[in-house]
Amino acid sequence: MRSALLLTLLLFTPVILAADQAGTIKTSEGAAFILRAGLKLPANPGERVNVSDSIATGADGLVGITLLDDTRLTAGPDSTLELRRFVFDSTTHVGSLDASVKRGSLAVISGKIAKTSPEKVTFSTSTVTLGVRGTHFIIKAGN
Amino acid sequence: MWGILLLPAAVIAAALFTQPQPPQASSTIILLPDEDGSVGSLIVSNESGQQALNTAYSTMQSGDSGELSAGTTSAESVAAEFGAMLDATPAAPRSFTVTFQSGSADTLTVQSQREVDTIKAYLLTLPASEISVIGHTDRVGSTEDNDQLSRLRAESVQRYIQSTGVRTSSIEAAGRGEREPLIETPDGVAEPRNRRVEIRVR
Repeated sequence: MRSALLLTLLLFTPVILAADQAGTIKTSEGAAFILRAGLKLPANPGERVNVSDSIATGADGLVGITLLDDTRLTAGPDSTLELRRFVFDSTTHVGSLDASVKRGSLAVISGKIAKTSPEKVTFSTSTVTLGVRGTHFIIKAGN
Repeated sequence: MWGILLLPAAVIAAALFTQPQPPQASSTIILLPDEDGSVGSLIVSNESGQQALNTAYSTMQSGDSGELSAGTTSAESVAAEFGAMLDATPAAPRSFTVTFQSGSADTLTVQSQREVDTIKAYLLTLPASEISVIGHTDRVGSTEDNDQLSRLRAESVQRYIQSTGVRTSSIEAAGRGEREPLIETPDGVAEPRNRRVEIRVR
C-alpha cells in the first residue's frame, strides 16, 4: 500500500511541477505566499501562478496577479484564494476560469475570457457563486 | 502517510466541534465601476436564489440564514475599507506602436524617436512585465525579405528594452512580415504606418 502510494506520487510529481501557467504575480506586499503541492513559496513579483495554486496573505499582505487572459486579481490581507481552473486559448480568447475566495477579500477586473465566454467565468465563496459579465468588483468572504 | 493526510481534516473537525453553533460565514459582493467609468454586471447565486448587480457600488450580502440581501455602498466607504487592496491592483495591460524608416530594422521614424522615452518611462514603473514584441513591414519587397525585416525590427526593439533595465518576467520577439498590415494595401505599395513594431505589455 505504502509503496503503491509512493509510486503514485513519483509518477505524478513531474506532472504537478509542469503545471500550466495561469498568470504572474505583479504586486506583492507583506506576508504573501503561493501554496503549491504542499509547498509555501514567496509570492514575489515575477513569480508564475499555476492552475490549482492557492494564494495566501497574512495580516499585512497584498498580492496582485495578472492572468494570461488579462484578468487582474488582487488579494487583500488575511485572504486565501484558490485558482481552481484556468484555461485560455490566446488565439481565440476562449477559455474558462473558476476561482474561490476561501477567506478574506479579493478585487477582480475581468479579462478576455469574460468577454468571449462569460458563462465560463465563476468566482465563489463558501456561501455564494458569482457569474461575471465583464466587470470590476470586490468579494469579501467570511466575518 | 494516512496520518498526515487525515490531520487537516481532524483539525477542521475539532474547530467545528469546539464552536457549538458556528455562525455561518456571510459574503459581501460589491460591484465597482470599470476603469473607463462603465459598469458591468454580476449574477450572484446561492441555494436560496439568484440576483443581479448592475449599478456601481451596489452590494449583495449572503446573510447567516443564506438569504441574499441587496444594498448599496459608496466610493468613500470602498476606499476606506479596500483602498490598500485596490491600490495593489496590477497595471492594466497596454500596447504601444513604434514605426520604422523604410527598409530599416534599427532606425525609428522621427515621431517614434520622440515617443521612446515615454514608453521607457512607463515600462520602468512595472515590477514584473511580460512583454511581447511583434514586428511588421509594408508590402514593398518579397515576402521572405519582409519576414526577415520584421523579425529584425522586433529584435532591435527587444534589445533596446532589455538595455533600459526594465524588470521583465518575460520578453519575446516575433516577426509577422507583411501579413498583418495596419492599413490594407496592394502588394508593392509603401505604407509608412505598416512599418511598425507593436509592444504588448502585460
